[in-house]
Amino acid sequence: MSILIYAEFAEGKFKKTAFELASYAKKIAGETGTTVTAITINAADAAAQLGTYGVDKVLNVKSDKLTAFNAKAYADAIKQAAQKESAKIVLFNSTTDSIYIAPLVAVGLEAGYASNVVAQPISLSPFQVKRNAFSNKAFNITEITTDIKVLTIGKNSYGVFENAVSATEEDFSPSLNDGDFTVKVESSEKVSGKVTIADAEIVVSGGRGLKGPENWGILEDLATALGAATACSKPVSDLGWRPHSEHVGQTGKPVAANLYIAIGISGAIQHIAGINSSKVKVVINADADAPFFKVADYGVVGDAFEIVPKLTEKIKAFKAQNS
Amino acid sequence: MKILVCISHVPDTTAKINFANGDSEFDTNGVPFVINPNDEFGLTRAIWFKEQAGANVTVVNVGGPDTEPTLRKALAIGADEAIRVNANPTDGFFVAKQLAEVVKNGGFDLVIAGKESLDYNGGMVGGMLAGLLGYDFVNACINLEVTGTDVKAVREIDGGKETLSTKLPLVIGGQKGLVDEKDLKIPVMRGIMMARQKVLTVLEPVASNINTKAVKFEKPAPKSAVKLISADNLDELVNLLHNEAKVI
Repeated sequence: MSILIYAEFAEGKFKKTAFELASYAKKIAGETGTTVTAITINAADAAAQLGTYGVDKVLNVKSDKLTAFNAKAYADAIKQAAQKESAKIVLFNSTTDSIYIAPLVAVGLEAGYASNVVAQPISLSPFQVKRNAFSNKAFNITEITTDIKVLTIGKNSYGVFENAVSATEEDFSPSLNDGDFTVKVESSEKVSGKVTIADAEIVVSGGRGLKGPENWGILEDLATALGAATACSKPVSDLGWRPHSEHVGQTGKPVAANLYIAIGISGAIQHIAGINSSKVKVVINADADAPFFKVADYGVVGDAFEIVPKLTEKIKAFKAQNS
Repeated sequence: MKILVCISHVPDTTAKINFANGDSEFDTNGVPFVINPNDEFGLTRAIWFKEQAGANVTVVNVGGPDTEPTLRKALAIGADEAIRVNANPTDGFFVAKQLAEVVKNGGFDLVIAGKESLDYNGGMVGGMLAGLLGYDFVNACINLEVTGTDVKAVREIDGGKETLSTKLPLVIGGQKGLVDEKDLKIPVMRGIMMARQKVLTVLEPVASNINTKAVKFEKPAPKSAVKLISADNLDELVNLLHNEAKVI
C-alpha cells in the first residue's frame, strides 16, 4: 500500500502545486506508516525535486505519445500506476488538467472521489475530508466509503513543506492502446511569459471603476511590481476591455490566490463566489458602500487613479529594501 | 444527432445557504432554484444544433418531483423532451450511474453536462459518465462544432485554450463560451405554453454503489470587519500585507 500523487510537470518544470501535493501526501504517509509514490509524465530531474518534499519513489513515464496532454491516456497511465503500487489514496491538484482526469481515474479504480478538498483529512478511519461547496459559501464534510480514495486538493489548502528523503526513480511504461488517443490536440494558444491566474500567488484584478481599457497600465504596473497575474470582472470582459481569459468569478476562472487585490470592482455576489477562496483580499474603491468591503480583509476608499500608482511605488520601494 | 443535456437544479447564486437537521442537509426552504449556469450554456448550444442541423434535444435531471419546474423551463427554452430520474442525487457517482443508463437506453451520441454545478461544485459527473460509457470526454469546453460525426472542440487551459478533434459519441463538460452570454435563450410565452405539452418521462433509478456520503455541512467562520487604511497612508497597507497577512 502507498499513497500515489500525480505530479504535474509542464513547460520544463514541476508546478509549485505538485510540491504542495507531495507535502500533503507525506503528512498522511507519516500518520499511516506508508510511503509516497509520484507518477510523472516526461519529467526531468524528478526524484531530486520531488524527494525534497517527501516523495519516496517516482514512476516516470517517458513517452513521445504523451508529449501533449491527453486526458484519457494520462488517466489510464495514472490508473495503472495506482494498481501497480496498490495505492489506497490517489491525490491530484486542482489544476485544469488534473480536475479533468481525476473523475476518469476514480471510475477506472472504482474509487470514491472528493474534489475541492481544503485541508488534511479530518479522520482517516472513517475517511472524512472537508471540501468547498456552494461556491465557497459553505464546507461539506464528505466520507469516502470505498477501499480506494481519489481526492483533488485545492491550491494553497495545505502549504509546501520540505521533508527531504532520497527518492528512487524508475521508468514506468503503462500499456496504452489506440482507444486512449481518439481525442487529438490540433493546436493550442497560450499567453507566454506571463503569470497565469491559475499559477499566480497574487492576482491584481480590475473592474468598471477603471473607466476604460486605456487605463489598465496602472494595474499592470502594480501587477508587475508584485509579480502578480492580472484579472478582471465580468462587465469588463463583456465590454471587451480585457480578454475573456482574464474574467474571474462564477462563470469565469476561479481564483485561489494568497492575495487578491480588487481595484474598482464593486463585488457582485457572482464575482465574490469565484474569488472567495483567496486567502487575503484587498479592495480599492471610490465607493465606501461597495459590497466588496464586506468580504475584504483590507480596504482603501478613494480614487484608484491616485492610489494605485502610489501603491506601486510603495511596493517597489518595499521590494528594493527586502530583496 | 441525438443530444442529451444534463441539467442540475441548483440554488440561485444570490440565495442564502442554510442547513437543516443538525447541519446534515441543505435547507431548501424558501430557496429559489435555477438551471445550473454552466448547463444553461450547454442547453443553448444544443438548441443551436437543433435549429441548424435538426438535432433532437432531450434534457435530463436526477432529482425529486420538486425539480420538474427546472426541467419545464428547459423545455420552454426549446428542448424536445425531458427525463427525470426519480431519486435523491446522493453523490456524483450515483448521478453518473443513472445518466449512463439513460444514455445507453436512449442512444444519445452527444452528452452535454456542465463542468461543475453551483451547489456541490464536484465537477465530476461528466468525467465519470464518460468513464462509465467508454465515451471520449472534453472538459471545460468553450466551443463545440459537429460535422457528421466529426467534432472540433475547444477547451480552456491555464493561460489559454486548446483545440481538439475527435468523433461522436462524446461527453463534454461545458461552460461559458459554448455560446455568448448575450445569446443565452430565455423562455418566451409561446415556449412556456408549448412546454406544457411536451413529454416529461419519469424513470426509476438503477442500483448503484454508494462511494461517498455527505456527512455534515459547515459555514465559514464569520469574517472580521475590513481594516480600512487611509489613502494617504499606503505605507501602512504595505506593512500590514507584509507583517500581518504575510502575503508579500
